[in-house]
Order: sequence, then structure tokens, then C-alpha cells
Amino acid sequence: MSESVLRVENVTMQFGGVVAVNNLNLDVHKNNIVSLIGPNGAGKTTAFNCITGVYQPTNGIVEFNGKTIISAHPDKKMKKIYQGENGEMYVNKPVIDPTPDQITKMGIARTFQNIRLWKSMSVFDNVLIAKHMNAKKGFFSAALHTNKADEERMREETFELLKEQGLDKYSNDLATSLPYGIQRRLEIARALAADPKLLLLDEPAAGMNPQETIELSQFIKEIRDNHNLTVLLVEHHMDLVMNISDYIYVIDFGKLISKGVPAEVQNDPKVVEAYLGVSEDE
Amino acid sequence: MLDKTAEKRKNIISFVCVLAFLILVLILDQVIKPTSKMFMLLTVLQKGSVYALAAVSMNLLNGFTGLFSLGHAGFMLIGAYTYAIFTIPDKARDVVYQYYDASVRFSIPEKLGNSMGPFGTVLGVVIAVLLAGLAAAIFAYLIGLPVLRLKSDYLAIATLGFAEIIRAVFQWSKLGPVTNGSNLLKSFERTSTFKGVLFGMKLKFATFVPVLIATVSITLIVLLVNSTYGRAFKAIRDDEIAAEAMGINLAKHKMISFVTSSFFAGVAGASMAMVLSIAQASNFKSAMTYEILLMVVLGGIGSISGSVIGSMLFVAASEWWLRGLDSGTFLGINAPGVFRNGFRLVVFSVIIMVVVLFFRKGIMGDRELTDVIAGWKAKSKNKKGVTDHE
Repeated sequence: MSESVLRVENVTMQFGGVVAVNNLNLDVHKNNIVSLIGPNGAGKTTAFNCITGVYQPTNGIVEFNGKTIISAHPDKKMKKIYQGENGEMYVNKPVIDPTPDQITKMGIARTFQNIRLWKSMSVFDNVLIAKHMNAKKGFFSAALHTNKADEERMREETFELLKEQGLDKYSNDLATSLPYGIQRRLEIARALAADPKLLLLDEPAAGMNPQETIELSQFIKEIRDNHNLTVLLVEHHMDLVMNISDYIYVIDFGKLISKGVPAEVQNDPKVVEAYLGVSEDE
Repeated sequence: MLDKTAEKRKNIISFVCVLAFLILVLILDQVIKPTSKMFMLLTVLQKGSVYALAAVSMNLLNGFTGLFSLGHAGFMLIGAYTYAIFTIPDKARDVVYQYYDASVRFSIPEKLGNSMGPFGTVLGVVIAVLLAGLAAAIFAYLIGLPVLRLKSDYLAIATLGFAEIIRAVFQWSKLGPVTNGSNLLKSFERTSTFKGVLFGMKLKFATFVPVLIATVSITLIVLLVNSTYGRAFKAIRDDEIAAEAMGINLAKHKMISFVTSSFFAGVAGASMAMVLSIAQASNFKSAMTYEILLMVVLGGIGSISGSVIGSMLFVAASEWWLRGLDSGTFLGINAPGVFRNGFRLVVFSVIIMVVVLFFRKGIMGDRELTDVIAGWKAKSKNKKGVTDHE
């Protein structure tokens, strides 16, 4: 099997007395499309937020390309009420708590469940801003417009990316004036502009019709191949998940209940129970 | 690319317009006599350019970065005092600091003027103005460390509080040797003393200097807003979470915006000291911040040309056009019973309400003057096209 890109080890996220993610272990391999599925409120988005630095996990570590990027253990206050497992495991490791922008700079880009495009800006600017973090020149150079070459490079790259994604015809339109499906694709294009190695998609097919969903699964495969990406996605649409996933993790109430290739997961009684429910007589 | 040549042309046209405006101001400065009725125009231009710079720098923070800060008067105060302290000539020190023993005895324009002549004086003034901006920027950095963790209304309240603290500290008698306590600072280099001789003509720069300072500063802000950092600021304004997820360091960029805005507020403060020829802490009350905020809102939050237009109109209306409402005669109507002290403010607030009612997003909205002109051009072209077709 190919090398591991993202390894989530024993990650627990506890809010007060609520354990949203409980001892989650994920292993995402290079150039795979891996899905994280589960019923509503299972903790999928929370898991995403732990990986991307929005939340600091209560316990556990996250490794990216073999390097530990997040490390946490229950602190003093949390120690007393901690309900997860392996609470003592990482106590001696230094706490690493990066902000989301640092995670993005390391090469993990994400999209959002409810589209978060910059509303007052054009499609072109939305993608161009994602290039800002790679700007080679500093503040004064940029503010005095002496970074002509750097600016030109960023614009050129943005233009290329939009063209590749077939969005160049919308270049000057306001991001929010686009149809829903195109906005989704723009959000993915924006994430790609950050030159990620790992792309996290949070419910990319939410609110899409079947036709758009089919197009989307094709699109995700294409960008994976064209950009040499690894993709981790959270999704509800089973058609999409079963169609494109190389590997699937299923969580329910924050706990991993099943994992495997699509065919295995589909027939796992635990997954069927979590999704369809089992009548009490049985 | 066609886009590029069009942009270049736009830049050149803007540059020529600004240059023409500066030359016009320079000519007006010479032509209009202090006794003439039009002298009010110069006063309005002087004060208006000070406020325009203050409003634009506030817009950079409130309109472009989405940080609702109300500490502007405080940073202007720091700018005004820094400028004044470093430009009072040595001879005048003791008269100005009559109750204290002045501790700073260093006038940059005088020192440079002594060694380099008139050019040195000008250079000294420029350095003092930059120092004023830097002092405000340093204070902004220190205040920003705790305050920028707050959001929206809380940030506004905290910055407002800090501005009042700055004012109180500058009036503190223990700091008298530096700030002259609650007394005013005067006798420093001011715009009305700037004179030059060109081809045997005596030139005055009373209006030209503040206008020039405002023009240069606003140009720098425009360049910043149109740079990659300016786009990052707008991203933070539109959606902080998305901005952070796309690799924009929120703390760093908010700080850059806050410090830059305060730098130009400091410059505006120095410019104000030059125009009014005094610097007094009690002038920089929170009411001044609200006035500037009003100009920004009237002009349009997120529009630089809007802020300039808003502040010029505001100053012109309150200082010139509506003066008559306070002094008995307005538009030729002599009615001292109605037009007496305070009536101007009544009319003024009605005007503001009307403007807010009919221009909900301010006069310019979030567009710039260049966008509006481009819109007119496109419209007239379209009309022409239609008639041609018929």
C-alpha cells in the first residue's frame, strides 16, 4: 500500500461533558479518496475541525506526511471530567496547537459545509486571495506595488487554475451570483489555489441534484489525478461515497464503528444499524 | 492583454487628475486674498483634507478590514502632540511651557534649518510628520495586542476607552514637562508660516501643504487596498473563518491594518496641528471620532473616494454653507429670530437623516469614483450603440 499522508491517532474532542469525537483513528493513504461517513451529529465535521486547527482536540495526535502537526492531552481542568480513552497516553508529549492558517500553509486545504465564499468579491479575487499566503514579497513591497513580478505570478496562476476548472467565463462575476453547483466548484478551486497535498471536503454534494452529484464525483477524481492530491471527504450522499471512495470510515456518536473498502462497509451490520436503525423486537 | 493597457490608462488618468488638482490648489492658495469671500474655500480645503485623511484611514480599518474601531481621535492626538513637541523652536519653548520645565528641547526643523537652510526646515517638518505617524503606530501596536482579540461592538468599546485614556494621560500634570499638561501647545511650524520665493514671486502654502499630505497619504492607502494585503483585509471582512482557512494569519493581518490605519491617523493629527496651529488634548474628544465615523458612513463604508467626498461635504456644510443659519442671514433671508446659535445643527441633522434615508449605503456605496465614471461611459456608449442600430 502507498504511504500514509494523514494519520489521526486516538483523537478525542470533548465539549464540557459531551464527547463529540471519541478516540478516532484514521489512516489516509497517498492519492486515495477516503470518505468519513456517519449519521447526522455523528461528529464528522468536528473531526474535520480538529484536523484543520479550528478546534484544539482534547486528546490525541495528528500526523501529516510523517510529521506530528497536532498533539494534545487533557489539561488540568479537563482531566477531572475527561470521559475519552487513552487520557494518559500523550501527557509527556509537548502540546502542539496550530491555527487554521498554519495548517493550510502545511498543505491541508478545506472547503465548508455551508459555502463560505467571500461575498463582495469576484470569482477571480476569491481564488486570487488564496494565493496571498504564498506571496514572496513582504508588506511594504506589496503596499507600494513594487512586487510587480510576484503579483503577476499570482494572477497568472489564478487565471490558469480558473481556466482548468472551467470557471474562467465567470471570472468577473460576483461569487454569490453564481448557481449553487458552480459555487461549490469555486470553493474547491479556491482550496486548490492554496496548493494543498491533502484536500478536505466537507459535504461537497450537499444541496446538489443527482445530475450535479454525478458531475461532482467525476470532478473530484479529476482534480485528484491532475493535482496529485489525497482527498478526505465527509458526505451524506451514499451514491457519491460508494462511487468514488477507495476507503471508508464510518462513525456514530463520535466512535468509529466500521472501516473498509466500499463493498465491506456496505454490508457491515453495524453500519446498516446506524443508518437504518434496527427494530427493538429483533 | 487588453485588460492591462486599460488599467494602465486608468492609472495615468487618475495621476494626471490628482496632479491637476494639486496645481489648482497651489494657484488658489496664491490668488484668493484673506479678505475675499472665497477665503472660506481655502479653510474648507485645509480642514477638509485633514478630515479626509482621517476618514480614509478609519475606512481602511472599519470599511476594508471590518474591524469596528473607535479609537481614532486618540491616535490623532498622539500624532498632533508628537508633531508639536518636536517642532516648537527652542526660543518659544519656555513661553509655551510656562508652568513646567520643558524636558524635550529638540526642534527637528530648527536643527536641520540651522545646518541646511530652508530645505532643512522643510525636511525637518517632513520628519516630524513621519514621527507623528510612527508614534501613533507604536501606540496602536501596544493597544492592539490585547484589544484585537475582541470582535465587533466589544472592539469598538475597548478602542473608544483607550482613546479616552490616551487623552486623559496627555492632560496629566505629572507629564507636564513633555505634554504641557492640559495647556495647549503652540508656536510650532504651521502651514500659514510656510512661504517660498519662486521667480521673484512670494508663494504661500497654507492650503497646499495639508492637501499635499492628504493626497500622498491617501494615494498610499489606495495602493495598499489594491495590493494582495488589501485583498486579504477584504477577505477577513467578508468571512473571517474562510480567510483563516485559506492561510491568512488573522492576528497578523488585523494588526497590520490597525497599525497602518493608526499611522495615517497620526499623520492626520500632525496635519491638523499644522492647520489649527495649536495642539490641545481637549480637542480630541470621542466626539471627533464620531464626526469622522459620520463622514465615513455618509461617504460610503468601503469606498475611499466616498470618504473624501463625505468629509469635504461635511466640512464645507458645517464651516461654510450653513454658517448663515447661526448668524442671522441665510440665502439672503435675514431672520435673526430663527437663524440664531444652534439652528445650524438642527438643519444639519435633518440633512444627514435625508442622506441616510435616500442613500442607504452612503453617497458612494462601496464603489469608487473611477467605477462610477466608467459606468457613465459604458451607459453613454450603450445609448450611442442603440441609436446607431436604429
